[in-house]
Amino acid sequence: MLKSYFIDVKGILHDFPILSRKINGHRLVYLDNAATTQKPLQVIEAVNDFYLKHNANVHRSVHTLGEEATELYEGAREKVASFINAGSEEIVFTRGTTESINLVRFAWAEKYLEKDDVILLTMMEHHSNIVPWQLVARKKGAKLRYVGVDKEGRLKFDELERDIAGSRILAITHCSNVLGTVNDVKKACSLARKNGVLTVVDAAQSAPHIRVDVREIGCDFLAFSGHKMLAPNGIGVLYGRKEILQEMDPFHGGGDMIKEVFLDHATWNDVPYKFEAGTVNTGGAIGLAEAIRYIEKIGIENIEKHERAVTQYCLETLSKIEGLLIYGPQEAKGRVGVVSFNIKGAHPHDVATILDRNGIAIRSGHHCAQPLMNHYSVPAMCRASFYLYNTLEDVDRLYQGIKKVKEVFG
Amino acid sequence: MSSADIYKEIILDYYRNPRNFGKMEKFDSSARDSNPLCGDEIEMQVKFEGSKISEVRFVGRGCAISQASASMLTELAKGKDVEWVKNLSKDDILKMLGNPDLGPSRIKCALLGMKVLKQAVYSYAASKTEV
Repeated sequence: MLKSYFIDVKGILHDFPILSRKINGHRLVYLDNAATTQKPLQVIEAVNDFYLKHNANVHRSVHTLGEEATELYEGAREKVASFINAGSEEIVFTRGTTESINLVRFAWAEKYLEKDDVILLTMMEHHSNIVPWQLVARKKGAKLRYVGVDKEGRLKFDELERDIAGSRILAITHCSNVLGTVNDVKKACSLARKNGVLTVVDAAQSAPHIRVDVREIGCDFLAFSGHKMLAPNGIGVLYGRKEILQEMDPFHGGGDMIKEVFLDHATWNDVPYKFEAGTVNTGGAIGLAEAIRYIEKIGIENIEKHERAVTQYCLETLSKIEGLLIYGPQEAKGRVGVVSFNIKGAHPHDVATILDRNGIAIRSGHHCAQPLMNHYSVPAMCRASFYLYNTLEDVDRLYQGIKKVKEVFG
Repeated sequence: MSSADIYKEIILDYYRNPRNFGKMEKFDSSARDSNPLCGDEIEMQVKFEGSKISEVRFVGRGCAISQASASMLTELAKGKDVEWVKNLSKDDILKMLGNPDLGPSRIKCALLGMKVLKQAVYSYAASKTEV
């Protein structure tokens, strides 16, 4: 049994008061981290501190508070940039992964995509990396093609190799939010680059958990959300290669994205400001920067190893349960801490409700990945997903909870 | 709180052995809906004699609450008239289920069958109305 911890979980639990809540009489076991993570006191206090002491609109006012707010906001951009090894002018703040991908859709694809162009996706994409492409494809007369998933829940790379030539865009997730599979996006982007294909990487499930380096991956765009990595809701990131950001059209029109405005036309501000129209989410950006500091203090490699240990333990523990089917890779190698499963005879929502009665929070449903649910011929799945504060004991609680499910539905 | 608060024996019984499950060859109205949250699906077929429901059957898949609720409702609705269905409320369904302790998201599972039956009945009534 795995006993080595890479993180002093007991030491950091104080940072997450919500985790000592009792739910239905039991200590909360929060296993819904792929949906959103809890926020440490450090992040909440950083946001608080901004509104209590420094609040002003950024990039506009020259008074002291305006300068302080701008410094904090641009400091947050630099923090994000160094976290993923990008230049700070390559970091666009958005509301989250969904808005980031839609930005690429509107500001790149609407401009450059042509009739009969092919957008290559994978069967394991989240709806947010499918629907924006469907919408632009319909408008421009482009086509969608999907790379399949094998029995083990891995991407069929031979299909990607076959279809990449002749595609215009490759939109691929770094880690599946259902199967936990980590895709070799470096290899995919290298293939794409050789074929002149634009690459969009969905890093919503990877950036919080494993090292993400945009130079090493070699992607054109990469998107992730703050709320899945200890930061507040409503702040996210689009990384875009500088040369590409510069040639793109704006996304929203409004204040702060312009250089000069005349009655009949306007000229655009430099990147990344061209894509940040209107008053930005300064508090969110500051919260995200603090979340990254928190992650860096523990070490992203330690987080990755800790979660792999918990995941391996979870896979071994759940596979002992009769009638329980785990989807995706059956070992922790090459996957992140997302474990989806079904229990024979019990619908995922019933499983989740009974677990909740025992203080355990998991996700149940289609996980915004209906094409993948159809691939497995199920309407829904149960999903336990881990983060740095989860332990082997949490997995034991999950195991005990599932036994109670089987008492009701067995 | 124990799991039994929701999963009363009667709900599990209807989930495991759904009454009126299956499709009819001939019917007067039908409706189908799903619950995007859970992926529950219910399709109902209704046969009328005048304004009274003479037969109602359903097919579907989903959680215990959604399937049991739909099945119990088909039994309850047989012999009732259009107005009875139109006047059905959330409280009626909860009472039928034995007032389980459902949260705001699970209540949608319980009410899916009612939503589908109302749609079928309103469609039938509309088809009988002169333009």
